[in-house]
Amino acid sequence: MAGETYPDDLGYHPEHDWARIEGEEATFGITWFAQDQLGEVVFFDPPEVGSTTSANEPYAEVESVKAVSDVVAPLSGEIVAVNDALSDSPEKVNDDPYGEGWLVRVKLGDASEVDALLDADAYRKLLAAESSE
Amino acid sequence: MPVQYEGIRHEHVAVRTRAGLFDVSHMGQVETRGPDAEAFLQRVLSNDVSKIQPGGAQYSVLCKEDGGVLDDLFTYRLDDGSFLTVTNAANHERDFAWLAEHAEQFDATVTDAAERYAMLALQGPDARAILARHIDAEAPPRMRTARMRVAGADCLVCGTGYTGEDGVELLVAPDDSAAVWDALTGGGATPAGLGARDTLRLEVCFHLYGNDLSEDRNPIEAGLGWCCKLDTGFVGSDALRDLEPAELLVPFAFTGPGIPRPGNPVHTEHGGGTVTSGTLSPCLDTGIGMAYVPAAARAPGTPIEIDVRGKPRAAEVRERPLYKDQG
Repeated sequence: MAGETYPDDLGYHPEHDWARIEGEEATFGITWFAQDQLGEVVFFDPPEVGSTTSANEPYAEVESVKAVSDVVAPLSGEIVAVNDALSDSPEKVNDDPYGEGWLVRVKLGDASEVDALLDADAYRKLLAAESSE
Repeated sequence: MPVQYEGIRHEHVAVRTRAGLFDVSHMGQVETRGPDAEAFLQRVLSNDVSKIQPGGAQYSVLCKEDGGVLDDLFTYRLDDGSFLTVTNAANHERDFAWLAEHAEQFDATVTDAAERYAMLALQGPDARAILARHIDAEAPPRMRTARMRVAGADCLVCGTGYTGEDGVELLVAPDDSAAVWDALTGGGATPAGLGARDTLRLEVCFHLYGNDLSEDRNPIEAGLGWCCKLDTGFVGSDALRDLEPAELLVPFAFTGPGIPRPGNPVHTEHGGGTVTSGTLSPCLDTGIGMAYVPAAARAPGTPIEIDVRGKPRAAEVRERPLYKDQG
């Protein structure tokens, strides 16, 4: 498993998802914290290419042996690609949550939503606040 | 016991290939003694208690008058007039109250012994070799029990477990349990948690009370008729006689992607059912579980469909156990 990191070039959603914005598209995944909470990911059920995501709404599920967890969309858009490699190797979500463990790629629907995402510092502060509750 | 130490799959594979150690001290114990101890247990437990030799062990269920299951339990016969019964943690108080009430008609005393015992389960193909380095006698074989010192601590060593692997369970005074734990993990046993315990027992189709067994289900529909000896006249036996259940608990495996979870609806061409246990099998690498289905859909190979949070998933009824030792 990778060490705990929150790269500075990503936007973060409080439900422990990240988005890497690249022009009019973005890649989504779950954060190091999210995969650590979940444990070994053993199944990712990808949404259909062409379906839409709505910011703050679940768009997929990841499962560990013990539990299933909804994945919340950080941004709205249309799914243009899913990470098919995860069907054979879902553990990539644990091993490389910001790289090979990406979940979907989305054509963004509302660029203004990007401003609502947290930067890495703000997300780390959120985690610190949650863990001290 | 935590859900996991290093990870459920790692711990699961350790038990299947080497040895794992579970702290199952949450389980309860009830002692039964007295001239009528056997007659009393014969009245409340579903199996034929008279068949347990001193130093023997037996699995049974505890039923209500209507046949509903109160608990599933292992009973050890320590000597002619002394038995130890291991209860599920969540049921322990209810079991003890039930046993104490029914014991009043017998010359037998039941004692709540849960506070006197910690319990460790050492399971896996290497379990006996690891244990052998910490005992100076022969460990009891499968379904037998013996009192001996393990790593210096007085233990009741039982050739039982709930993983489908060979191994032992150790009943030990709580103050001594940490030393025994350290000796066995130091000897190579992998600490294993509740998550692996659940995946291991489900691969071999052992029941979990609260999932696969409940007061609303009888042992016949749960597939536990083999441990219900109706001619012993146990409480609930009349309700189970000549029973032809409309539903039966069957093991199943997914034939495609997905992981079943308890509560998922089941669709068969003979009607609906419900998943009671479900997980990803670490050894088979597919979704597996147990479900109550219409009796007509019981045959291994019957295709069924499981609704996993709105998604239909293809599965088929399988024979038990779902996992068989490849060696």
